[in-house]
Amino acid sequence: MSPATLFGIMAAGLIGIGLYGLIVHPGALRKLLSFNLVGAGVFLLFGVAAQRGAGAGFTGDPVPQALVITGIVVAFAASALAVALLLRLIEVEHEDDAS
Amino acid sequence: MSGGFLLVLALMLPAVGVAAMFAVPMRAPERIAWLVYPPTLAVVIAIAVAVGRSGEALSYTLGGWAPPLGLMLRADGASAVMMVMSAIILGLVGISACMQFHTPDGVREARVPFTFWALLLALWSALNLVFLAQDLFTLFVALELLTFAAVPLVCLNGKADTLQAALRYLLFALVGSVFYLLGVALIYGAYGMLDFAALRTVARDDLATSLAIALMVGGLMAKTAVFPVHLWLPPAHAGAPAPASAVLSALVIKAPFFLIVRLWFDLLPAQGLLAANMLAALGAASILFCSVLALRQARLKLMIAYSTVAQVGYLFLMFPLATSDAPWETLAWSGGLLQLVSHAFAKAAMFVAAGLIAEALGHDRIDDLAGAAKAAPISVFAFALAGLSLMGLPPSGGFNAKVMLISGAVMLEQWWIAVVILAGGVLAAGYVFRVIGKATADPAEGVEIRPVARSLEAVPLALAICALVIGFVPLQPFAYLAIGRATGVIP
Repeated sequence: MSPATLFGIMAAGLIGIGLYGLIVHPGALRKLLSFNLVGAGVFLLFGVAAQRGAGAGFTGDPVPQALVITGIVVAFAASALAVALLLRLIEVEHEDDAS
Repeated sequence: MSGGFLLVLALMLPAVGVAAMFAVPMRAPERIAWLVYPPTLAVVIAIAVAVGRSGEALSYTLGGWAPPLGLMLRADGASAVMMVMSAIILGLVGISACMQFHTPDGVREARVPFTFWALLLALWSALNLVFLAQDLFTLFVALELLTFAAVPLVCLNGKADTLQAALRYLLFALVGSVFYLLGVALIYGAYGMLDFAALRTVARDDLATSLAIALMVGGLMAKTAVFPVHLWLPPAHAGAPAPASAVLSALVIKAPFFLIVRLWFDLLPAQGLLAANMLAALGAASILFCSVLALRQARLKLMIAYSTVAQVGYLFLMFPLATSDAPWETLAWSGGLLQLVSHAFAKAAMFVAAGLIAEALGHDRIDDLAGAAKAAPISVFAFALAGLSLMGLPPSGGFNAKVMLISGAVMLEQWWIAVVILAGGVLAAGYVFRVIGKATADPAEGVEIRPVARSLEAVPLALAICALVIGFVPLQPFAYLAIGRATGVIP
């Protein structure tokens, strides 16, 4: 089994686990974590694409790496926004309970 | 190519506006927003004129790096129409928001107005990027920017229920984009490039391509809110303040749909009829199911939000109908895009009108709307005009769009689509007339009504008139929408 195939299977596994979590868990935090798992799987897949670019005679394809870095930044921003919303929601619900 | 720098300006001017709001010590963010608006509108109109005059797409390669390695911006007929539509709607909705999101005198900046105006400009920049970008990954970033600008608009009032709606919206949108990104990864793995024009020339009709496009379209459908992934839309769009709802319903959900259209017609080498029919079936389910739900809503804004899902369903009916070799020369293609534009104007008019009605009555319960026509007569009138477009009665953009889709369905003998369109019209008539009937009734004794300023009511009227005027375009495929849509190699 070539490394590309192995990493491809692992990426598929991560995406599968993440999707399972997204569907099964009702809580927003767990859904967010599952989303990040799926994201990690997709980024790994980009890594596989870069590795396969090496098959064409290059030492490696840099474009997917640039895409992954951008993707990580976007996913990080998205997670931060979701966590901020979640924290605010908990705060507001506490205030409502107190009053 | 000449005029290409206009495309950069269309993206950058609103973004510079956002940055200026943070940097310039000027008192009110709305001043910066209105400073940025006229030049950006002029740029967008100049793009549309240039595209119409030359009869071909405007393009600009960033930094002089040609695709597939570099990135390209490109405005064809369809994207020029989308950009002009967005600019007009954002401007009118902005006018309607001036009072509600006015920075109080003597305050340097207030949180809610600042957030609203900054996000509105950010949203504009992101929308233009979705309409102009030619690279699948740039489009992913554009969609994420759009989501990040749209989600906080939902929870501007900071209450628990709108925060919950915003969180749910964000999670649906994120899952949608991760599916989209998965498709992008597969495309890159198969072809080693992501540029639309380059991909079109090499796209093969194989499993990897079909799977990638299915994943991308599926992800985008969650963002467009078609049945059964529409669950996030009604609470989010109904919970947002009226001007924000108008922008969300009219524009934000249209951007992912525009991308579905481009993936389907520009990239997919062989459009399977089965897949097209599945998309149409989901659209039909949206129309029927959500129209019935709209009929059953107790609150006006929730009713309008469900009607949005139903009207989005019509857009998906175009896929099995535009099946010729040059789909953009068919009635269904023009009809689908016309439905997109006329729904945008009509729905923006409805949400702004609903906001004014709620302000006049102090609530938006449909059963207690009696007296609304006294307090806000022009708003109720605008609501009814916009309703014409949703029902598909002439003269309105919605009528033309639906007639074109029905003609397309009849020509291809897809009778069930024609039946769904007609049934959807009847259901829409049901929920629009229910509101009009209640609103024009005499108010009960002792109901307190605060008449709203007539000048504010001009906005929903103007939006509704735009939806009406679209009804006077001729019922034939539009050459303008086909500009820059040639098959084969693009130099």
